[in-house]
Amino acid sequence: MDFAFMRDAFLTLMAGVPLTLNLALTSIVFGAIFAMLLAVMRMSGLKILDWPAQAYVFVFRGTPLLVQIFLIYYGLGQFRPTLQEWGLWTFFREPFWCAVLALTLNTAAYGSEIIRGGLQSVPHNQVEAARACGMSGFLLFRRVIFPIAVRQALPAYGSEIILMVKATSLASIITMMEVTGLAAKLISQTFRAVEVFIVAGLIYLVLNFIITRIIMAIEWWLSPHLRRPPAVEPRLEAAHV
Amino acid sequence: MKLLKALGLGLLASSLAMGGAAAQERTVKIATEGAYAPWNFTGAGGKLEGFEIDLANDLCGRMKVKCEIVAQDWDGIIPALQAKKYDAIMAGMNITDKRLETISFSRPYASGLHGWGAMKDSPLAKLAGEGRRFSLDKDADAAKAMIEQWKPLLKGKTIGVQTATVNSQFLEKYLKDTITIREYKTTEQHDLDLSAGRVDAIFAAHSSLKATTEKPEFKDMVIAGGGVSGDVLGRGVAVGLRKDDAELKAMFDKAVQAAIADGTVQKLTQQWFKVDMTPQS
Repeated sequence: MDFAFMRDAFLTLMAGVPLTLNLALTSIVFGAIFAMLLAVMRMSGLKILDWPAQAYVFVFRGTPLLVQIFLIYYGLGQFRPTLQEWGLWTFFREPFWCAVLALTLNTAAYGSEIIRGGLQSVPHNQVEAARACGMSGFLLFRRVIFPIAVRQALPAYGSEIILMVKATSLASIITMMEVTGLAAKLISQTFRAVEVFIVAGLIYLVLNFIITRIIMAIEWWLSPHLRRPPAVEPRLEAAHV
Repeated sequence: MKLLKALGLGLLASSLAMGGAAAQERTVKIATEGAYAPWNFTGAGGKLEGFEIDLANDLCGRMKVKCEIVAQDWDGIIPALQAKKYDAIMAGMNITDKRLETISFSRPYASGLHGWGAMKDSPLAKLAGEGRRFSLDKDADAAKAMIEQWKPLLKGKTIGVQTATVNSQFLEKYLKDTITIREYKTTEQHDLDLSAGRVDAIFAAHSSLKATTEKPEFKDMVIAGGGVSGDVLGRGVAVGLRKDDAELKAMFDKAVQAAIADGTVQKLTQQWFKVDMTPQS
């Protein structure tokens, strides 16, 4: 194991971290919004909203992300004249936006199921209690259902976020030079696959370690009822009286 | 006792016989990319086809070995050879100094030029030197003068190239500050992006560009500018081998030489590339 080489490889691959994070964050944010919308459609009780959402989740969970990225980038590239007519080509011309779109559509499908699970796990008696207090509609959702659902869904959603950070590595197949793209390039220049992939793996590990800590902190903040009450110091002065 | 001795001798004899058969029937595993027409590609039926598949079968016949040809992604093709996943590479790979640090090569079985592909209506279709050939080894001054002539037209353009190839090394060395380089896993992918208009031109082997222009959906693509060879572009296409596998190298050297001498290479390159690409030694 050549540690001097691994240090150089680390510095080379770190140049890809901003793009990796950029891809992950952009698609997680857009994906979460879209996921919320899909979850609400699924739970609306209206078939006209429920069915399209179900079909969407089925298609995007049921096909590999790699295939989706290929289809969006190379597939839609074949329809350039049409896309230009619709003014969409400036978006689809850029590999970055194609990658973000594929990642967003994918995470929205998984995320919507997690959110739906969270929403359905809100205990009915709590909703009834809120109604008894006179809350209804959006107020009920904002004050009671949503906070409890988020708390329930967060551990699973945290896994989804980690999966997304790792999924950005697939963007390298559409010329995005993020961490994995740079790793593949470095391997093809040096032919030292083991060292380079160890370094790449460590970078993802550190990124995801930080993300898991952030999610744990949010969980802690959202679950005051599970925290141990602060220990009460015994009053010592009394003994001296 | 006699019986045991006879049995022992018999076993010895049969194991010798098997050993002899194994030496004759040695299996050589050859890797190719399977996405680099017409050198090697995956045909309609999912079978590997192309110049190198035909040549490999011919060479294996000459070496009296059994051959197994497998497909392997280009960017991992040398590391996997090192990891002994197969014994040889025949994938349009040029001999370069950089690669020689890691692997060894047989004598070259083909050689060719490298150049630009662009769409007909693009300003880059008018790059200088069309139809002419320039060697960075033999006439470096003329070749470099032509590269200088290209620069004003190429300024600020996005160029597609297959990653980890002599072509990408050429762009890195000579045009890095002039163009934006976008690297693809396969040539098929940069072809698609050229026709989609995501890159302004591609830089690849003429043999591969020519095959692309012959596809109906690429009828508006042209080979632009002069053809370059030499320096980082390599010293011909050869069989890539592990450095410690001197025996196999000697076998391939002999077989390639024989295939060049009796005109097999000429016949096969004519058949697949429509030009004679026999290496001039």
